[in-house]
Amino acid sequence: MKDNRAPEDFVLRLRGITKRFGALLANDAIDLELRRGAILALLGENGAGKTTLMNILFGHYLADRGEVLVAGLGGGLAPLRAGSPSAALDAGIGMVHQHFTLADNLSAFENIILGTQSLFRPWLDRGSARRKLEKLMAGSGLNVDLDAAVGVLSVGERQRIEILKALYRGARILILDEPTAVLTPQEAERLFETLRRLVAQGLSIVFISHKLAEVMAVSQRVVVLRKGKVVADLATAETDAAHLAETMVGRAIPKTVRTAMAPGAVILELDKVRVAGVHGRPALKDASLSLRAHEILGIAGVSGNGQVALSNLICGLQAPEGGAVSLHGQAVALGSPAGMVAAGVGRIPEDRLHDGVVGDMAVWENLALEDYRKPAFSRASFLRRDAARAHARQSIEDFDVRCPGPEAATRLLSGGNVQKLILARVLTRAPMVILANQPSRGLDIGAVTEVHRRLLDARARGAGIILISEDLDELLALSDRVAVLHRGVLSASMATEEVTIRQLGLMMAGHDRQEPAHDAA
Amino acid sequence: MEIVEILFTVSFWAAATRIATPLIFGTLGELICERAGVLNLGIEGIMTAGAMAGWMAVYQGADLWTGVVFAFAIGMIFGFIHGLFTVPLGLSQHVTGLGLTLLATSLAYFTYRMILPDVPSPPRIEAFQPFAIPILSEIPFIGPALFKQTALTYLAFVSVAVVGLVLYKTPLGLALRAVGENPAAAEAQGIDVYVMRIGAVMIGSGFMAIGGAFLTMSAFNAFFFEMIAGRGWICIALVVFASWRPGKALLGALLFGAFDAFQVRLQQALGGDIPYQIFLMLPYAFSILALIVMSRRAAYPKALMVPYRKGER
Repeated sequence: MKDNRAPEDFVLRLRGITKRFGALLANDAIDLELRRGAILALLGENGAGKTTLMNILFGHYLADRGEVLVAGLGGGLAPLRAGSPSAALDAGIGMVHQHFTLADNLSAFENIILGTQSLFRPWLDRGSARRKLEKLMAGSGLNVDLDAAVGVLSVGERQRIEILKALYRGARILILDEPTAVLTPQEAERLFETLRRLVAQGLSIVFISHKLAEVMAVSQRVVVLRKGKVVADLATAETDAAHLAETMVGRAIPKTVRTAMAPGAVILELDKVRVAGVHGRPALKDASLSLRAHEILGIAGVSGNGQVALSNLICGLQAPEGGAVSLHGQAVALGSPAGMVAAGVGRIPEDRLHDGVVGDMAVWENLALEDYRKPAFSRASFLRRDAARAHARQSIEDFDVRCPGPEAATRLLSGGNVQKLILARVLTRAPMVILANQPSRGLDIGAVTEVHRRLLDARARGAGIILISEDLDELLALSDRVAVLHRGVLSASMATEEVTIRQLGLMMAGHDRQEPAHDAA
Repeated sequence: MEIVEILFTVSFWAAATRIATPLIFGTLGELICERAGVLNLGIEGIMTAGAMAGWMAVYQGADLWTGVVFAFAIGMIFGFIHGLFTVPLGLSQHVTGLGLTLLATSLAYFTYRMILPDVPSPPRIEAFQPFAIPILSEIPFIGPALFKQTALTYLAFVSVAVVGLVLYKTPLGLALRAVGENPAAAEAQGIDVYVMRIGAVMIGSGFMAIGGAFLTMSAFNAFFFEMIAGRGWICIALVVFASWRPGKALLGALLFGAFDAFQVRLQQALGGDIPYQIFLMLPYAFSILALIVMSRRAAYPKALMVPYRKGER
């Protein structure tokens, strides 16, 4: 296609980048080229080495081998000093991290000009900085309230600040690390429009993602990483999502199939439940839902809209201020985690390392955490270690937890295996209600498939499952019904077959399900 | 009633300002450290070292301002030690700070005894004398209370203004606030987190040392053992009270000074009926109450006490 352009059209070239973390080869002799005015997608599963590569490029990490060449203002490629973010900034590289790097105590304006003026300058030059920034906002269509404290801004606004930060410094190459992970579909679309406009103005972009649809939508070229190696380097127009998926995973992907199933009796019912949040605002406002046997109820929403409160409520970590919760038609005592476990609730928490397991304890100890007082694992208040270890060995085998053995420290397991361990602990108790909060976040496709299969098996067994997820594809694939959380308000549930991703996106942004007459975006 | 009348005397507020001065320096110093994300529990020891160093320099023949500069430099040296241990090495800020307090205090006593092995009573120096600032000191009531003090008290006032301006109006202050809130954000903008933090701890420790030097060079004119008497710890609390803002730090220090001055006068007024320890306790009890009220909304620098390691997330 455009390959007949002169070589000086490249703005960035990585040659033979290799980085090792202990035994893990994170990047293995990676070559990569970026053209001026193009969007290059860097595709790969979690742990494929995408973020490591970009952190090397930006100087956060030092590569063991290899070099980075960046085009100067004149156009010729020159080596970049390694291991120095300020050298990368000077060379015109801007990076928007997956976890935003903004100081919450500063205003948007202060965050943007931070570090752009000499530290020995007696006064901050606010006036000319502001004029430059306003011109930049007008030209790029990125609008933010410059005087607002960053702490109160929405995720989309913070992301715009991050991009402005890079542009303000005169970035000619912009690296975006999983930029859509926290956006609604509509916000993501708006971001893509901005990126297209910026590219038309001469910016070059590296777009890191593991979502195939957006890679297909936004990029001109795709580089696929797998286990630290480049396994494909293709023009986007000459490939398709299915092919990219297989290249990324390295094998054909089994499709999760949800078979139709008649729902059973109501197991869990919430009636106008109110849960307190911070600053006196309720985190959950009069939420009502009913969950039946043989059913998965999906909860969509941008994070921070009440998911934590809903999950804490059902896990027994937080007691409601008002309303009623009943299990099997009987009121339950809330606010007691052990009580909820005893009542037959299985809990798969969002932050699995923080809330799901005790990292420094052994695998067998974590597997016994919800049952250690039961006669199976204790006798006269002494732990029956052998019984617990035998149980752990069985669970490890049944759930294919890859670990050196029951004695291994849990924090050394990979994310996917920690999640399998939690699934093993929860599902072997055959709970009737399961709360799964972001159960597949951060897992590779193999582990995701496994999580989905286990949840569907539990549904077939007769459990009711509340699935909280930000991944709409996952929600629509697994759920029988979907409801949306927005600012603590839980919508009525809708049959999955009757909603589209676009409608969910609108509801997640607080609109009605139907399109508004004038779509501002 | 005579107890209330105390509050309306010029001499009461002049005393409160005098008592507040070392606290203003100490609180400012601690505030600078904490804004950069480093808790400095070495403050008590650094104030002791500053008190000894400044006084000793003058006793050995240096002029008063050289003594102040010398105290500041000694503070910076201890600050450098604290910064080195807590910033690049990432050691516990609590343990390092407490260790530093022990080290600095002992070194100060040791040096004092080595240089002056057998003085019968603590020798005195010709210290800073109070002088009135023209015009300002003629403001009714406030003038004689605040502006008939020694040079170091005026320096404290000026320092509050300077630190406030630097913090909010200069690129350096912006970088400092960012480093204590989210060092990763600062580094992503090309700011060297280690240099900023160590620098802030050194400057902050210098201020603490001047706070100590005020006691030996402007208040008591001699160096005694145990003379800091917990003022450093009060400063740690005052920083929280002040929500990490220099202006509020000044207010907090003056308020504490007022409590302390009031307590002394209460003892004189009501002494005999009530054990004097009750009065001694009052300023601390009031500080705790004030702290409870004020710190409910305190916005901690988010990276306070969190060591930053490059290349780690």
